[in-house]
Amino acid sequence: MSVSSDMAFFIDPNRCIGCESCVQACAECDTHKGHSMIHLETVERAESPQTTPMVCMHCDSPTCAEVCPADAIKRTPDGVVQTAKKPRCISCNNCVYSCPFGVPKMNTEYELMMKCDMCYDRTSEGKKPMCATVCPSQALTFGKKEDVIKEREKSKAVNQFQFGNQTITTKVYMMVPDDESANEVNITDSLKNKVVNKNIEDHLDHVELDFLDEL
Amino acid sequence: MTDIDFGPRKLYQADDPDRMDQSVKSEKLVKTHCCFCGQQCGMQLKVYNNKVIGVEPWEDFPFNKGMLCPKGVKRYLQNSHPDRLLEAYQKQEGEFHPIDYNKAIEKTAQAIKEAQDKYGKDSVALLTGASLTTEKTYLIGKFARTGLQTANIDYNGRLCMVSAGAACKKAFGIDRAANPWDDIKKSEVIWIAGSNVAECSPITTEYIWAAKERGAKIIVVDPRITPLARNCDLYLPVRPGRDVVLFNGILKIMIENGQLDEEFIDKHTVGFDKVKEHVQQWTLDKTAKETGIHPDLILKAAELWGEAQSSFMLHARGIEHHSHGVANVLGAINLVLASGRIGREGCGYAMITGQANGQGGREHGQKCDQLPGGRDIENPEHRKYISEVWGIDEKELPGKGVDAYEIFRKIEKGEIKALISICFNPVVSLPDNNYVRKMLEKLDFYSAIEFFMSESSEYADIILPGSLQEEDEGTVTQVEGRVVKINKATTPPGNAKEDWKIVQDIASALGREKGFQFKNPKEIFEELRVASKGGVNDYSGITWDKIEKNYGVFWPCTSEDHPGTPRLFEPGSWNSVAQGAGPFYFPDGKARFNVSEYTPPKDPTSREYPLFLTTGRVVSQFLSGNQTRRIGPLSDQCPDPFVEIHPKLAERFNIQNDDLVRLKSRRGEAVFKALVAKTIRPDTLFVPYHWGGKQSINALTIAAQDPISKIPEYKVCAVHIEKVENSKEEKSL
Repeated sequence: MSVSSDMAFFIDPNRCIGCESCVQACAECDTHKGHSMIHLETVERAESPQTTPMVCMHCDSPTCAEVCPADAIKRTPDGVVQTAKKPRCISCNNCVYSCPFGVPKMNTEYELMMKCDMCYDRTSEGKKPMCATVCPSQALTFGKKEDVIKEREKSKAVNQFQFGNQTITTKVYMMVPDDESANEVNITDSLKNKVVNKNIEDHLDHVELDFLDEL
Repeated sequence: MTDIDFGPRKLYQADDPDRMDQSVKSEKLVKTHCCFCGQQCGMQLKVYNNKVIGVEPWEDFPFNKGMLCPKGVKRYLQNSHPDRLLEAYQKQEGEFHPIDYNKAIEKTAQAIKEAQDKYGKDSVALLTGASLTTEKTYLIGKFARTGLQTANIDYNGRLCMVSAGAACKKAFGIDRAANPWDDIKKSEVIWIAGSNVAECSPITTEYIWAAKERGAKIIVVDPRITPLARNCDLYLPVRPGRDVVLFNGILKIMIENGQLDEEFIDKHTVGFDKVKEHVQQWTLDKTAKETGIHPDLILKAAELWGEAQSSFMLHARGIEHHSHGVANVLGAINLVLASGRIGREGCGYAMITGQANGQGGREHGQKCDQLPGGRDIENPEHRKYISEVWGIDEKELPGKGVDAYEIFRKIEKGEIKALISICFNPVVSLPDNNYVRKMLEKLDFYSAIEFFMSESSEYADIILPGSLQEEDEGTVTQVEGRVVKINKATTPPGNAKEDWKIVQDIASALGREKGFQFKNPKEIFEELRVASKGGVNDYSGITWDKIEKNYGVFWPCTSEDHPGTPRLFEPGSWNSVAQGAGPFYFPDGKARFNVSEYTPPKDPTSREYPLFLTTGRVVSQFLSGNQTRRIGPLSDQCPDPFVEIHPKLAERFNIQNDDLVRLKSRRGEAVFKALVAKTIRPDTLFVPYHWGGKQSINALTIAAQDPISKIPEYKVCAVHIEKVENSKEEKSL
């Protein structure tokens, strides 16, 4: 069994409401019960409630597998990058350090690298991954690629990313506003910019505290 | 208490081998719905050895299509919980001891008899809840009126849906969401007033994003930038308690711009002229000043709403939890009626129901003023019909009782001496809860039906072990007005019993078993169908089979071949009140405009209490937290309450993120950790309300109530803030 090539996984951080449903659902998986493979990041709570979920992007040419000295990480022909195989993984952390998206986690208790395998037990049987099934905002969506793209007129599905000189193409798509071009990821630039919707925050600017003096 | 540990303890998946072992496969998957909020997401419970071991999404259920919030994903951990009450308990010398169930029933009956013989029938009160199935709420309403013959029954929907309900009855003649949720996706403009959709009704988020994806404009009115407001098109940061001013101000602009649907107003409504005259006072400047919203934003909102061809108005407790909550809702409805955008595809209006059965639980007789079918307990015809269904003399049927908070005031006056509660945790959930605690202490007798010990049941003399949602079956009516079926996954453990059996056992011990000999919840539903027939909330055409075959049935449903009514007020539609005169539920078939007058919040700010406090929910906890605080992964997501404070205000009081701060109101005080963020009005503080004891924000809130709906004013009171400098206090927390 394999994951159908018509089906695709989409991440849309614009939709994310930070509810952690994906995190809670991931920990229900039969293959890693009690451990969630999803990274849900709060971007900058002091500025905004913005959160963003991160699952494995399932790279066409996965850096994690390329740097693995034990050849423990396999990419199946359907494009899913599997979690490390227990007998082979030597828990060296190479994959953890090298992944451009920061996905793999080292579980020291099991001496095993663990990461999202797109719920292979479900997706290889024609079901959706657990996180994308439950996600109430559908920031995580799994469906027929053409249907999802058609339904989300205001968004553009991107699966090519530039990390320095490395171009990465992924099985998973990132939804971005359709008027944005795919941008080069430069960590120092992104540290300088505040990732918030300025318009919304500005709506509070006029509220003054003069009344405290007047009381 | 004795050494019995009633918790709350946190349970995790890893605490139970059956829930961790991959080789343990579920014996059955039970299609049912969530035990928490009013969205009533469809889900499947995995059952093994009379225990729920997990949840599997139910993708065919059309409302949520498999989607679940974290509460839905982890709700199974309430099942087989170490804190589960398995026995009846009696309190002796301040400590609880297990007692034989039948003895506990006898003692309850005995105490009721003593109170009623000495002080009259109305000296016994019932406090109930809207998380119960409709069958249970019907049975308990009947039990109060015919078993106990007391007028004093009321429910925790008094803290939830009553402002919306009262306003809808005044304007439409019927209390229900007007549209199915699919209409949200087809709307051009969605106005969300006082609803933290992302955290309180998470599944609704996808409907809103789907609309936005198709080009809809989303307007959010809230004192906080909630996770959904973050990504809306227009955010209006309203000052707590001023919602109706905004609605009135917008209506005035619509009138001036000629953006009314004159034909609709003329043909299908009455009362517009008075409303038109009333809103004239709300000039743009005055509206902006009172609401604290910049005039440009008000104009923008008026432009979006005024010019829309299709729209959906959604609101929740943010506008309803006020001493003028009904007026706030009427203001919202006036905007809808003036636009004529209702009763059509993509043109809608709805309140977002809070509790699981917030809708069904407010329809069939556990409200102090109501009889089944949404009937009025003071209407002679309604009394006559229900008395016939119940086989009693109409004269024996008690009249209108008092609301849930007034029950406590009657305890203070000595008029109520004994209390039975189920599905209600007033010590956490009612405002000014130091008062509530004292009143529970004052009771001669208190019996609580519970599955977990709560902050309130600690005051009980007798605890009767009831059932979890998954341990019984029945129906609930979800946010859209769709009646859905709750299926039984496990049987109650130990000596715990299905709630309806407990109620019938008390009736029997009182020697009033007539009318309380149902063998199962289905028999109760069959009687409810008859009792609701001919009422506005008509369920007579709904059967359990029909529900299961159709993924739920929308009431009103007046005969078995009636398909149900997903969308209300469609042009040319028939209803039992208008009888064809028009689509609204009044004899002339017309909707009512109601003057929505602004009155300021009851707790004024002052030099001593200069800031607004508003309260609400977080996504991983539910209501008084009695369940979610016991579910490890949910509790860990938000283990403690916090106070959200704008950096401008924090700086003024020298408060840093994570500092401990003390909030004080005219009624009480509590200490919380500060969450300093630019996501709240600088004059307002927010604290979530899911905790008891020292962490309870309801020690500070005010018990002021709306004169019509009697909903308490949770959403605004005046407070003082100070940084806690004493590290001892920190350690004691």
